[in-house]
Amino acid sequence: MAKVIGLTGDEAVAYAIKQCNVDVVAAYPITPQTVIVEAFSEYVFNGEVDTEFVCVESEHSAMSACVGASLTGARVFTATASQGLALMHEILYIASSLRCPIVMGVVNRALSAPINIHGDHSDMMGSRDCGWIQIYAENVQEAYDWTIQAFKIAEDKEVLLPVTVNLDGFILSHSIEGIKVLEDEDVASFLPPREPVYTIDPNNPITVGALALPNYYFEFKVQQDHALRNSFKAMGKVFSEYEELSGRKYDVLHTYGMEDAEIALICLGSTAGTARYVAKRLREKGVKVGVLKPWVYRPFPEKEIVEAVKEVKALAVMDRACSFGAPYAPLGSDIASILYKSGLDIPVVNYVYGLGGRDVSPLDLEAVVNEILEVAKTGEIKEHLKFLGVR
Amino acid sequence: MSEKKPLWQTLPIAGILLEPKSSLKYKTGDWRGPFTPKINQEKCTKCLLCWIYCPDGAIERVGDGVRINLDYCKGCGICVSECPVKAITMERL
Repeated sequence: MAKVIGLTGDEAVAYAIKQCNVDVVAAYPITPQTVIVEAFSEYVFNGEVDTEFVCVESEHSAMSACVGASLTGARVFTATASQGLALMHEILYIASSLRCPIVMGVVNRALSAPINIHGDHSDMMGSRDCGWIQIYAENVQEAYDWTIQAFKIAEDKEVLLPVTVNLDGFILSHSIEGIKVLEDEDVASFLPPREPVYTIDPNNPITVGALALPNYYFEFKVQQDHALRNSFKAMGKVFSEYEELSGRKYDVLHTYGMEDAEIALICLGSTAGTARYVAKRLREKGVKVGVLKPWVYRPFPEKEIVEAVKEVKALAVMDRACSFGAPYAPLGSDIASILYKSGLDIPVVNYVYGLGGRDVSPLDLEAVVNEILEVAKTGEIKEHLKFLGVR
Repeated sequence: MSEKKPLWQTLPIAGILLEPKSSLKYKTGDWRGPFTPKINQEKCTKCLLCWIYCPDGAIERVGDGVRINLDYCKGCGICVSECPVKAITMERL
């Protein structure tokens, strides 16, 4: 029988890292991520792991140290949030373009100003084009499961890309949940030591990070884009293997009620739980609502989403981030693009919600459902981009 | 005829090259404009300040003195500015 323990989101990520035989952790504390590295540093101090824990002076240095460590062939983890992720921005691109399979826990938090420590997706969305695989967890169990799977996806020789596991600040990072954890030896067999393709080694020097001017640079970027899109293949294998081990089945997209849904809500992270709760209650009253949760946000699961939504009459796309001055917020933009590409003429209303950690309640989402039902009925969109619950 | 360059599929991933010191093959001397530094060996006191300051490592030590490797000199003129006895001058070639 699976062992169930009570852990917060941050502690669950630290617990997963303890089991993943990580060689190097270089990290800098920032709320609400701090508990991940704090809890992990205790494992290091107590000798429960043999990880090299590098204390650095900033997130820019943390990610730089991670890139260096990863190039030596080490398995590397770090975690950050908000301003910390923004400070890493430059090195995020270097990590993905040098094909370093680093795993990073991003505990999503609003960006300043005004200063705010609570959960929204502005941080990750601000770096969404950094070339990393980006995964969003809905609850603490998922944060644990995704962290373990992330290493296996990242280190696959056909992938070799870094992965962020996103968990909503405070909503998940500081909430205790009873989660099913795997035995250490099961994780060890699922995740054998990393087998790097290239390593930097003073005895056998190679060239990493050379200059590529207009006559070569473009080809390397196309290569990188191909690797990211192609990573779905490796994910499929990892999901089946993890299901066998844990009994929990993951995928790139989670759907609820989409078999007969007339309208649907799409959202990332913890809001998906609230959305399903609302959908379930409304379905009991005969309202056919579906919920889609892209677990994997980059690469974007286009095919799966199009397949799931093609019969619905209207869609609500929920974004916990704002893309200032843009036609839609990030997820809204992606959904509108894939509907256009696939020739589906489904009305979309994009809702920006929960910025700076403002709570989104079942009643808020019920109001969204009612608006979308009206759009489905009339085919008329009054506002394409709405700010949910703003005064 | 233009040189045939490799496609993205055949380039090494991430531009990683299995040989070290590949930057030596990249002769950045052709970035230099019309001015080229020249050392007056009679004035030179072999203090090595130019060797220290050259940002491209294009000044090489020869015996106890120095010479400029024009394969890598980008012509920035820092050596001219740093030389305490004005032994280096920028000359139009």
